Amino acid sequence: MSENTDNLVEARDFLFGKSEEDALELDCGKKLYSVNIRYETYGELLPDGSNAVLILHALSGDAHVCGRHSPDDRKPGWWDEMVGPGKSIDTSKYFVVCSNVIGGCSGSTGPRSINPKTGKRYNMDFPVITIADMVRAQKRLMEHLKIKKWLSLVGGSMGGMQALEWAITYPELMESVIPIATTARLSPQAIAFDWVGREAILTDANWQNGNYSEGGEQKGLSTARMLAHITYLSDESMHHKFGRELQDTASYSFDFKHNFAVESYLEYQGRRFTERFDANSYLYITRANDYFDISAKAGGDLAKALEPAKCRFLVVSFSSDWLFPAAQSVDLVKALLKNRAEVSYCDINSSYGHDAFLLEVNTLGKMISDFLRNRLEAVHGR
Amino acid sequence: MVDKLKKQLASRPDILVMSEIIPPDCRVLDLGCGNGAFLKLLEQEKNVRGLGIELSQGKIMESINTGISVVHGNLNNDLDFADDFSFDYVVVSNTLQEVERPDHLLREVVRVGKKAVVSFINFGHIKTRAQLLLKGAMPETDNLPHHWYNTPNIHLATIRDFRELCRLLDIAIIKEIPLGGNGSLLAKTFPNLFAANCVFEISSNGTQATE
Repeated sequence: MSENTDNLVEARDFLFGKSEEDALELDCGKKLYSVNIRYETYGELLPDGSNAVLILHALSGDAHVCGRHSPDDRKPGWWDEMVGPGKSIDTSKYFVVCSNVIGGCSGSTGPRSINPKTGKRYNMDFPVITIADMVRAQKRLMEHLKIKKWLSLVGGSMGGMQALEWAITYPELMESVIPIATTARLSPQAIAFDWVGREAILTDANWQNGNYSEGGEQKGLSTARMLAHITYLSDESMHHKFGRELQDTASYSFDFKHNFAVESYLEYQGRRFTERFDANSYLYITRANDYFDISAKAGGDLAKALEPAKCRFLVVSFSSDWLFPAAQSVDLVKALLKNRAEVSYCDINSSYGHDAFLLEVNTLGKMISDFLRNRLEAVHGR
Repeated sequence: MVDKLKKQLASRPDILVMSEIIPPDCRVLDLGCGNGAFLKLLEQEKNVRGLGIELSQGKIMESINTGISVVHGNLNNDLDFADDFSFDYVVVSNTLQEVERPDHLLREVVRVGKKAVVSFINFGHIKTRAQLLLKGAMPETDNLPHHWYNTPNIHLATIRDFRELCRLLDIAIIKEIPLGGNGSLLAKTFPNLFAANCVFEISSNGTQATE
């Protein structure tokens, strides 16, 4: 148990936007009032403020990156293998911050929060948010924490989108960004998967136009999660993990109950997801992903869109990721090189598909830790 | 730091020659940058801005550890990430013989670089010639330690061959620095026979003024 007590962390809340002037302006034109940001910090900020690292979570992540809230927690944070004392993102060297995105359902203001105007849950009255809105909220947290400049912003998948948005929106506020398994604009294929996932939720009678009662079955969200989960794996990893193995049955049952291990696995993942995730949040966050295209404001010219960026980049993709394929990272890298930005890029050889960004801890971890060390040394003029 | 990097590169006389050619404060593209030691040395000693291209994941990781900018790329493809003359110098050190089409790569090198420094193992060296002549077998030397069937060096050439290719591609040879054992006079006088290695400084003809 000593390992579990070593890295105890506490979730914190930062509330802003009570007044008209302080409210968070959104891309859709609306304003969000009384915005809460759930966040966690690990390690200590150096007196010169040079060692702050912001971790940006993916679609279903939260502020709890590593460690445990209590020694009895069954599982540590979602990136515990990567982040912690002595780990690749070493919290004994870096001051690490992670916050739940707005629109989420793990502490930050989202559809499940109380609408201050009505005293009831927002549910589908929550405004449609974008990745840029999430980033603007994180910027407010940065000010609250009195951080002048990030040493680095690190994020996989949707977290990588936020990192890119940060780099062009607040170019002065970071030394580097590490976008992992991500894209500068969501592909039509990914938009298509999001659409089908949302359709499953929107057509679920139990969802009740967003006003579903908790504890009831949520077939829509579960189906959306199963579909998404397939896109996070690869053909090879599924062969490896499940093959054509049967589960809970010795032979085909000649009906439509789950026979195969892969079916059983998806069913389990889908059901478990409904226990911790809000169906409405799922709608809003996938929509934010769909709308993500940093080249849009530059008429589709990615290099032009990236011109404001000043920081160093470490871009990472994974060879078997077909949701955010390497070619999309290569597009990003080419656009950065066209701007003569300082960029490093590696397409890590992996069979894990999109999930590799959580699983290739050794390779990815070494790259990130070496990159961060060099950035910190550069800041300190060594 | 600089001493450590120089130690790492001590076994590569061609690299030391190249580092003398490349002027300070310029932008350098290193094709096949390995562990990034050369670019790091140039950054430290000459304040260059470097970018390395590397195919091997292991070497990319070493380069990131060294602290240079390195991009995963295959030199058998065009250098389409780089605009014309967007680098002051392109470095091709002992890499040309490993690519599928050295002629295509050279054309790209003088397109993206105002100048380039290219080094390669001279297959016309007396040792390789002697082995082929006397043994009738593909030469295996300190510089060329592989067997013919497992060598990455699929396009070996002599100094004379390289000059001829430059002529065909309309590439100007600015400098030619043959490297023999112990700075031998013979290598300077008869490079194609006595230089084990050679460094060329080149640029595309006409479009860029030579010194």
